[in-house]
Amino acid sequence: MKLSINEHVYELDVEPEMPLLWALRDELDIKGPKFGCGVAQCGACTVLLNGEPVRSCSYPVSAAVGQQVVTIEGLEKKGHLHPVQQAWIDHEVPQCGYCQGGQMLAAVALLKKKPKPTDDDIDAAMTNICRCGTYARIRAAIHAVANKGVSA
Amino acid sequence: MNNALKDVSSPAAQDPAKRDFLKLTTSVGVTSGLGFSLGFVIPSAGAATPATPNTPQKVNAWIEIQPDESIIIRYARAEMGQGSSTSAPMLVADELEADWKKVIVQYATAENNLAQKRIYGDMASVGSRTIQDSHEYLRKAGATAREMLIVAGANAMNVPSSECVAKLGVVYHTPSKKSMTYGQLALAASQLNAPANVALKDPKDWKIIGKPIKRREIPDIVRAKIRYGIDTQLPGMVYAAVAACPVFNGKVKSLDSSKIDNRRGIKKVLNMGDFVAVVADNWWRAKEALKDVSIEWDVPEKNAKLSSTSLMDYFKEGLSQSEVAVARKDGDTLAALSAPGAKVIEGEYFTPYLAHSTMEPMGYTGWLQDEKLEIWTSTQSAEATLAVSARAADVKQENVKVHPVQLGGGLGRRGGSQDFSIQGAKIARAMSPLPVKMLWTREEDTQHDFYRPASLAKFRGVVTPEGRIDALHIRVSAPSILSSLLKLPLPGGVDPQAVASLRDHPYANPNSLVEYAQHDSNVPVGFWRSVGHSQNPFMRECFIDELAHAAGKDPLEFRLANISEKRPKDKAILLAVTKAANYGAPLPKGVFRGIAETEGYGSYTACVCEVSVNAQQQIKIHRIVVGIDPGYAVNPDNIQAQLQGSMVHGLSAIFWGEITLKDGRVEQSNFHDYRMMRLNEMPKVETVVAPTGGFWGGVGEPSQAPLGPALANAIFNATGKRIRSFPLKNHGFTLIKA
Repeated sequence: MKLSINEHVYELDVEPEMPLLWALRDELDIKGPKFGCGVAQCGACTVLLNGEPVRSCSYPVSAAVGQQVVTIEGLEKKGHLHPVQQAWIDHEVPQCGYCQGGQMLAAVALLKKKPKPTDDDIDAAMTNICRCGTYARIRAAIHAVANKGVSA
Repeated sequence: MNNALKDVSSPAAQDPAKRDFLKLTTSVGVTSGLGFSLGFVIPSAGAATPATPNTPQKVNAWIEIQPDESIIIRYARAEMGQGSSTSAPMLVADELEADWKKVIVQYATAENNLAQKRIYGDMASVGSRTIQDSHEYLRKAGATAREMLIVAGANAMNVPSSECVAKLGVVYHTPSKKSMTYGQLALAASQLNAPANVALKDPKDWKIIGKPIKRREIPDIVRAKIRYGIDTQLPGMVYAAVAACPVFNGKVKSLDSSKIDNRRGIKKVLNMGDFVAVVADNWWRAKEALKDVSIEWDVPEKNAKLSSTSLMDYFKEGLSQSEVAVARKDGDTLAALSAPGAKVIEGEYFTPYLAHSTMEPMGYTGWLQDEKLEIWTSTQSAEATLAVSARAADVKQENVKVHPVQLGGGLGRRGGSQDFSIQGAKIARAMSPLPVKMLWTREEDTQHDFYRPASLAKFRGVVTPEGRIDALHIRVSAPSILSSLLKLPLPGGVDPQAVASLRDHPYANPNSLVEYAQHDSNVPVGFWRSVGHSQNPFMRECFIDELAHAAGKDPLEFRLANISEKRPKDKAILLAVTKAANYGAPLPKGVFRGIAETEGYGSYTACVCEVSVNAQQQIKIHRIVVGIDPGYAVNPDNIQAQLQGSMVHGLSAIFWGEITLKDGRVEQSNFHDYRMMRLNEMPKVETVVAPTGGFWGGVGEPSQAPLGPALANAIFNATGKRIRSFPLKNHGFTLIKA
């Protein structure tokens, strides 16, 4: 099967039911999406499929065929950080950082839909678990991107 | 790196360190896995080194100055989000008079530490002790190099060194206004003898320490350029999924893997005695195949009967048994409790077992070829990983290499309990010469943890009509981590973690009796972020509120009146945090406060919670104010992050956290039944970083300690219901957004 990931096309020969996460990580060495729970609870494995956040640990790779897959590696364009990435740096959001790829992608998807999200919007969209407890800074960073008015 | 400071070794200074390492390695990483500092267990090189003047090789070990003026500073511990890989090098750089913008942090490695006679000291990131334990030798390393660079500069400029100063990587001769850079001077400096004594800066002269320095690895995290243990990729690598017996300490009786014989990608099924591994060309294939391997376990009968009920009965015995260890004895507590007319207050408190649930599950990549083992694993103690792996894979320690990686959280799971290293090393041996990456499922991770021990404690107290605490009798019945995990003898029968913040309580009552009834069970226990401070301050500070209530006193006034004059820092942080929270000012209708204070990890912390509780027992947390006095605040913004994160870590446990057992099995398995706080539940947190100077406390763990009691005391003030056990869900409480 052919997969479009971060604007590259990859040819894969795997079981159709293999979760997208393991096709990315173990077949293609795309390690940004992380394994956290395997049951779509924690969101560490979040990728964007046609701009929508999806928990790739529970999403069959075959269902991603024909869609645009974006992982955290795909946010930076030609050396330019995505505004969400820059805000994450400015606000010193990450601690261990393990969940932050998923958090940033969830934030990108939110800001695409709602460039000026309210706290309630952020609450509803940002459902990924962070064990280090960076939530306050995630919220602040999202508001900062919105206030800069940069198209996300 | 040609101009790097060269090794001018001093063999005499190395011998003690060598002895330390041998001791360490023969005790299976035991000592480096301690969740706190214990002088009586082993003198770590970290603790021993500052006693002798900094030796030249130490300077060399920590600092390399490159011709392009960049300065490599070595960091010898792990990074798991606690920020020490920035704050420890800050200590070196400040004394070195380095330009922080030119500092590059590089990991020291366990194999180099072994080969160089433990030149980097203790490498474990546990017990919030990186700054606590290494501030002196790190600053001395920087100061020693600075002095050598100044002498080299004076020699090169042919001026007296007393007329030279160092600033931002340049040595200046003040009278002539001549200068030379560190890069120009590094080679000459490296050939000088290190000064025997160097003066450390007066804190008022610090230029980097105390400033909000950006954490060095954040840009790499954000750009997905950093690799965690789980991200290791090697040529020809295979992947292992593992299953240990659902009942602790069970062994494989038989296994049948015929169902997966012809399954795609399956390389091997390994019967490792106490666990089974399926090895495949993709981890998902291994994990799925493992489900179809039928395993019969030989289960220790006693363990198969363990349940939360049987464990509670067992802990209860500890509250009434006649023989107990005494952790503190002042005055005559029992007489005070039975004195005629004594107003005795009693309360029994309980905290459950907890799993760590680091975001990155346990894992280990091992590559054993030609009797050499290379390891990539998220570990809080590379030295322990090295020692344990060498033994498990049966290779010589000097043939083991532990590659530093970023940790996807540690929380205490990856330090003393190197079970994952044992498994990984055995698998590496079995699959040699192929590199193999072992990874646990979340279910395996939740059900095969080394849990924060449960603890049951009985408190009795006497308070005088004037509101003075006269007596405190505290008996703790709980497992000992030191004894059951680390197999260490308990001095006087007391596990210091089991009675942390109890035996060293700050109150001035003349009668104190703190007892410990060691009740180890077959549930594995280990160090969980804050360890004893995650449970005992809850019990203590809630009970203090019980006494205050009985005395009809305001909880803050009561504490201020009863905290000993010998504990001014406890008082000071309580005052700083309550002031920041505007304690005493009227609150909106239905909102109530609770407070708590404690010492922990060499720092002082306090917390104020403001809550309201409705008739449906739904709790709104309107505000948390949490503060810390770490003595010196090395990197204030990182300390704030640690305070914020500690509230989330604490609240997850306080509201929902409990590991329960039935038929010898852990009942929880994944985040659906072992719940974590999410962003939408995060209350407003205000932080107070209030350093008073003069000491170097830890910051990763202490601030969680006062949260539980402050919240429980606020709930009492709101509802009249005294909370004597966590999690709150068991009392019918839920958390809703304020």
